[in-house]
Amino acid sequence: MATPRFFIDGNEAVARAAAKSGCRFFAGYPITPATTIYQHMLSLLPPSGGICLQGEDEIASLGFCLGASMAGLKAMTATSGPGISLFSEQISFAIAGEIPLVIVDVQRLGPSTGSATRGADSDIQFLRWGNSGGLPVIVLAPVNGADCYNLTCHAFNLAETFRCPVFIASNKEIGLTGEAIAEDALADIEPLNRAGYDTHQSEAPYQPFAPSADSMVPPFLPIGGEVLVRQTSSSHGPDGFITTSPETLEQGIGRMRAKLISHRNELALYRIDADPEAEILVIVYGVTARAAEECVRGLREQSQRLSLLVVHTLYPIPEKLLREEIAKVSRVIVIEMNLGQYVREIERFSGETTVEFFGKMNGELISPDEILRVIKP
Amino acid sequence: MTSLLNPSRPPFFCPGCSHERVVRSLDKCFQHLGLSGNQIAIVTDIGCSGLFDTFFNTHALHGLHGRALTYATGLKLACPGLTVVVIMGDGGLGIGGAHVLSSCRRNLDLSLLILNNFNYGMTGGQCSATTPAEASTASGFLGQLEAPLDICAVADAAGATWIDRISADDAALAERIGHALTHNGFSLMDIMGICPGRFSKRNRQPKKLIAALSERFEKRGTPERHSSREEYGEAYRKRCEQAQPVRPMRPISCTSAPAEPATLRILFLGSAGQRISTAAEILCLAAMHGGLYATQKNDYPITVLRGHSISEVIISPFPIGFTGIKSPDIILALSEEGVERRKDTIGSAAPSSLILQVSEIVIPDTKARLIRVDCTALQAAKNQRALALLAMLTTTQLTVNAELLRRALEHKFKDDQLEEALALVERARSSAG
Ligand code: SF4
Repeated sequence: MATPRFFIDGNEAVARAAAKSGCRFFAGYPITPATTIYQHMLSLLPPSGGICLQGEDEIASLGFCLGASMAGLKAMTATSGPGISLFSEQISFAIAGEIPLVIVDVQRLGPSTGSATRGADSDIQFLRWGNSGGLPVIVLAPVNGADCYNLTCHAFNLAETFRCPVFIASNKEIGLTGEAIAEDALADIEPLNRAGYDTHQSEAPYQPFAPSADSMVPPFLPIGGEVLVRQTSSSHGPDGFITTSPETLEQGIGRMRAKLISHRNELALYRIDADPEAEILVIVYGVTARAAEECVRGLREQSQRLSLLVVHTLYPIPEKLLREEIAKVSRVIVIEMNLGQYVREIERFSGETTVEFFGKMNGELISPDEILRVIKP
Repeated sequence: MTSLLNPSRPPFFCPGCSHERVVRSLDKCFQHLGLSGNQIAIVTDIGCSGLFDTFFNTHALHGLHGRALTYATGLKLACPGLTVVVIMGDGGLGIGGAHVLSSCRRNLDLSLLILNNFNYGMTGGQCSATTPAEASTASGFLGQLEAPLDICAVADAAGATWIDRISADDAALAERIGHALTHNGFSLMDIMGICPGRFSKRNRQPKKLIAALSERFEKRGTPERHSSREEYGEAYRKRCEQAQPVRPMRPISCTSAPAEPATLRILFLGSAGQRISTAAEILCLAAMHGGLYATQKNDYPITVLRGHSISEVIISPFPIGFTGIKSPDIILALSEEGVERRKDTIGSAAPSSLILQVSEIVIPDTKARLIRVDCTALQAAKNQRALALLAMLTTTQLTVNAELLRRALEHKFKDDQLEEALALVERARSSAG
């Protein structure tokens, strides 16, 4: 007898996972194809003592989340391309202020307002670089509904652990696609909480941006508690006061970068379907992986030797993984539901191996046949 | 009570700047209210007024230009007991206008002090949303082409429950700030002041200019408004207590032998309002009750109750990868609008494929096997036709059987809706003989 299965779409999976991960605050602004995440959170949070708000715009929604997260609540928002664009200044604040936050981007076809009900992986580079200052962020890309659930749980834990915004790079074709998900495909991921500052540990006043001895991540205290807490979007020292001291700034900004980059290899979440004799490596992420899996299965039936790498942690870039897997083959093929965004990252680690690319942006999924024509022209 | 001013960071403004008086009055007001530093959060944005949080020993949240109210809203809802004071200049007022309006409407217990000095001090004295047209600013003639904003009148129209306008040098400033802070709801104070660093450099008699503006605003009627409406946070928490917990995800277990063990691709072609995606979901649920995997990909325009609605359903004994359908095994043709979108698919449909068609619509010529369903005879309303076709499908032995369809309907619907659906299925099946 098969394990019981749920029939849900990716957006519901995100919302259910958020509730399970201890999300206590959601604020969003209606936008297709992300709206149903907000609708689900509105059903899930208020009855259990959580808070769900509709902002007057995306800027407000994310601002509400930042305020709530600084009060110690796990917070999430969800949007699509046009909303991500408006989020930009608040994303920068989340990075600068080291404010834990989960941001779901159910991507749709761009550029600009594009097509509300058509899918694309339009925003991959925007998620990485759509902040002033260019500091690293974490971006996780689900392939299906089960990934939406599991990666959202991971996203909350990563946001709490590293005190940073974590993005889920979903897609209309996952968020609004219903599918049967086996109960045991939903991982039971233990929710983690941000490391708190031990107020008994020292007589000196709390320094909100001072890392602890064993971590680059500053221990957290909430605004509104006993001890006074300062939060600021401006360049600051460990005490949270504005500073222009080059040494202090270099240290703080360097630490914010290093706290993620130094973990880039162990943060790598991915699936590899490897053939040890493979000459070809296909690299994909997101919904396109579904077509690639089907295509690879078909080719193997015709005795073609090839490997498939499905990257979930797009950022920080899993450098070691990419280098190692690329070194094993003579052809690397990257397929993306855009005109070439993540391929730029892969090219940086491909050494002598040339990277072939196929991408499409017309609102339609890339099909297994299209991938086949790239692999076997 | 003792002062909450931070002795190591004294106020740091140009000599004669009104902001300094507001800092001291705010401190006096805190003392008068007997608040300790950890009972207060000062939320600021950008500009000279954005320095406020650094002068106090309180919780502090300093963020982006015009967005202070957004952080304050999240913070206050998460910490209802905290006194949250938001400081913005007239710059923040202009750029964050939507947040000001929404805060007035929302009536969450925040106090917004607008340090209105009629120009952008920090960036060199450009015009702001409140600059009188007569004033001279670094924006040249641009500031003279727009009407200055009467924020008190605007706040009144937006439903604010506490509105006050005062000059920064008014002796009652601390006392009036105290009233705003103790008001249970959103309070807004327009505190008019002088920026000697910028505004006074270009305007010989700044006080006169501001007094004239103030007088003009007053003539329209008193902007001060003190009313009461339920505080947002209190109202929110009351509603939460009444909110019904949502159903957990309901697993579907397969209790019968698996249905037809082949992968089948089923295309629903219909229009908005025909409950296409509900019918497609029911097919998925039925297949899952038969132990199969299922995916449902929808395609529709952004309009509601108008335009096409297409669902692509795949059911399979194996996990499903690609969710799109190029050559469907079964097509349910429900409206010409939907058919029009995939007319090529119908035209090129294989002879082995099946099309179930609502009899009154016209579809392109096709080699596929056709079953016409007279929905009028079945008394199937427009939004029931997709289900009627599904019921007919169960008679073909091709995919889910009647028992699985029944279990799917029981999973999805209850009460009247369920009975109606079951009755329709019965009518359709018996019409097929
Ligand atoms: S520039 Fe104007 S507002 Fe800023 S400190 Fe100087 S006088 Fe005050």
